[in-house]
Amino acid sequence: MANQFVVSVSPHVHSQFATRNIMGMVILALVPSGIMGVYFLGLRSLAVIAACILACVCSEFIWQKYIMKTKSTLSDLSAVVTGLLLAYNLPPSIPLWMAICGSVFAIIVVKQFYGGIGCNIVNPALAARAMMLISWPTAMTTWTINGVSSATPLAAMKAGNAVKASIFELASGNMAGCIGETSAILLIIGGLYLIWEGVISWRIPVIYIATAAILGALFNHGGGFYPVQEILAGGLLIGAFFMATDYTTSPMTAKGQIIYAFGCGLLTALIRTWGGYPEGVSFSILIMNVAVPLIDQYTEPRVFGAPKSNFAKRMGGK
Amino acid sequence: MNLPTFLGGVHPPEGKTLSEGKAIETLRPTSSGQMFVYPLSQHIGAPCAPVVAKGDRVLAGQKIADTEAFVSAPIYSAVSGTVKDIALKLQVAGKFEDCIIIESDGTYEKAPSLIDELGHKPQPSDYVKLIRDAGIVGLGGACFPTHVKLRPPKDKPIKWVIVNAAECEPYLTCDNRIMLEEPDALLKGLEYALAIFPEAEGVIGIENNKPEAIKTLTEHNKNPKIKIQPLTVKYPQGAEKMLIKAITGQEVPLVPALPADVGCIVLNVQTTWQIFRTIEYGEPITTRVITVTGDIVASPKNLRVPLGISVKELLDACGGFTEEPVKLLAGGPMMGLAMRSIDVPVVKGTGGLLALGKKSAYLAEESACIRCGKCVEVCPMHLEPTLLDHAVRQRDYETFEGHGGMNCIECGSCAFMCPASRHLVQSYKAGKDHVNQERRKAAAKAKEKAEAK
Repeated sequence: MANQFVVSVSPHVHSQFATRNIMGMVILALVPSGIMGVYFLGLRSLAVIAACILACVCSEFIWQKYIMKTKSTLSDLSAVVTGLLLAYNLPPSIPLWMAICGSVFAIIVVKQFYGGIGCNIVNPALAARAMMLISWPTAMTTWTINGVSSATPLAAMKAGNAVKASIFELASGNMAGCIGETSAILLIIGGLYLIWEGVISWRIPVIYIATAAILGALFNHGGGFYPVQEILAGGLLIGAFFMATDYTTSPMTAKGQIIYAFGCGLLTALIRTWGGYPEGVSFSILIMNVAVPLIDQYTEPRVFGAPKSNFAKRMGGK
Repeated sequence: MNLPTFLGGVHPPEGKTLSEGKAIETLRPTSSGQMFVYPLSQHIGAPCAPVVAKGDRVLAGQKIADTEAFVSAPIYSAVSGTVKDIALKLQVAGKFEDCIIIESDGTYEKAPSLIDELGHKPQPSDYVKLIRDAGIVGLGGACFPTHVKLRPPKDKPIKWVIVNAAECEPYLTCDNRIMLEEPDALLKGLEYALAIFPEAEGVIGIENNKPEAIKTLTEHNKNPKIKIQPLTVKYPQGAEKMLIKAITGQEVPLVPALPADVGCIVLNVQTTWQIFRTIEYGEPITTRVITVTGDIVASPKNLRVPLGISVKELLDACGGFTEEPVKLLAGGPMMGLAMRSIDVPVVKGTGGLLALGKKSAYLAEESACIRCGKCVEVCPMHLEPTLLDHAVRQRDYETFEGHGGMNCIECGSCAFMCPASRHLVQSYKAGKDHVNQERRKAAAKAKEKAEAK
């Protein structure tokens, strides 16, 4: 009998890179700061994290299995990442039913309505957070640490007061804030791990953080020149390393990523200094998410061999 | 040390250790009655027509098919014997094509050489004609007739004749072995090519993962006009445009521009070797070196085989498989063609034979594009692979063309990286085929219209 061979188009080998592995590495990078969050902000945080992940996974499962009747994409772990990121962006005292509502909104409305993984136009976790902030403003802005309610460092800066927490407390995460956003050092380590593994590029986080810190300080945010506080307080680090770098909602080209990251930084500094909220990371990233198709269109690389000057011809067209 | 290279590219596992230490063995079956199959189209351009008929006796090195068309190359028999038939036979690419089938008598009785026919020692003015008559085509796999390359338009002066010795395709080691075993033949072949272009300098570009070859060639090279240039190890360093960029710093303009537009002619190692044999000894192309390899091949080898021999013979010469192969490729893993049968003939463009077992064959299912941009990052042509892929799947060929899709070199770097395992190269091939067909149709229509007037 003749041998039976598989016939397919080249290439016939592949890198280790796969959607599931990437999501796995993102989860791994996020775990340490979550542990720190639970340690500083209390066990209630753990319940919020569990509720969000469970609600995200369940809504994706139900949507695909019973409503759309399509193949399940749960194994790519993207729903877990969305749940984890949403929980990290919530205050530990949030009622669980609100967290669940947010998760369902993230997966069904923001992700699946637009076609599922790879098709959403804004970051599901951030869009859900924005929805929750508008729907339940009090619950979303009540912060407690060690059982005592307190203002976040950014709220203090907004009010024109000096930041009470020391730089060390800010860096380690011992301050009021969302579950996963507080521990600066662990977020940076997680982010560096992702850069090291080639999952994300340095461009978005570095440019975003630098722009937001320098501009915020120059804008006299908090009544003085505080670039370090700008970076360590609030959600800038988690936003820059884990949310703004979301593949689907960030530009694909190097040039596009630079423009996008600069835009995120500028908007963050503007909102923090003069906006209606003390924190502007979520809204900045969401606004820039919407600008991504436009950025992508105007930063398309010049095709190898195409003339350098003529824009229309740069892309190899007629 | 910073070696020259290009922007983009990937690092697939090299897999070269399986066969790089194996000296070239010559496979020359002497049993009579063995069939050798010669498809009439082994090159880019017009197919040949047989110049022998069923029942004719042919000699080894005798021309069996040719054509008047400029972009073409004649075909020679590697064996002596009888023309059994001219019929459709299955080819490497999975299509049936017209072939001349010769039954070998096992004696390899030689036909008069091309120099005998020429009647005098070849002069540089005879070289291009000899190369055309010898049937030489680009042996790296593209099979573009070499004599066409060597006749660039008069307004395009040639400044570089480059030997493509990058051998960036994983697993393949045949070019490396030729450099190690016959450095003088290779250098002499390049000198012959340089004799056609007295103004040009010669460069042999070698990826730095072949230090022995770089050393050997540097030691043997006495010609100040020839330079041995080590290159960064990165796939696809051996793609013509990437090689020219690395060596001369120039970008070949968009399709349909050719290397000659930037003053370059690029020749494969085996092509250069064959030029040496043709001009020195008058030999037409009847053999080539093939790497038979893969982790499930019992004894991987570099074999010099007569063209027209069955792929099955090559596998037998290497001891067959140690486990049932999943995929059998003509060429390397990045650009090779998956074969559906081993009962196909070796042609001029067959550079390797790679068998992949369960472990090494990649058969993942496609999932949705997550816009990670890895394809954009690695594309050596600086295209946006995912955008082109979407366009072709939506049959939006205008977008495909408008964003440079026709410039894709099908190197597979994007698909190698794609975390969603998208069948990207398949899309580009389909897109390019479609656009080419439409162009041909439009041209035919325009011609009809012009004739009607």
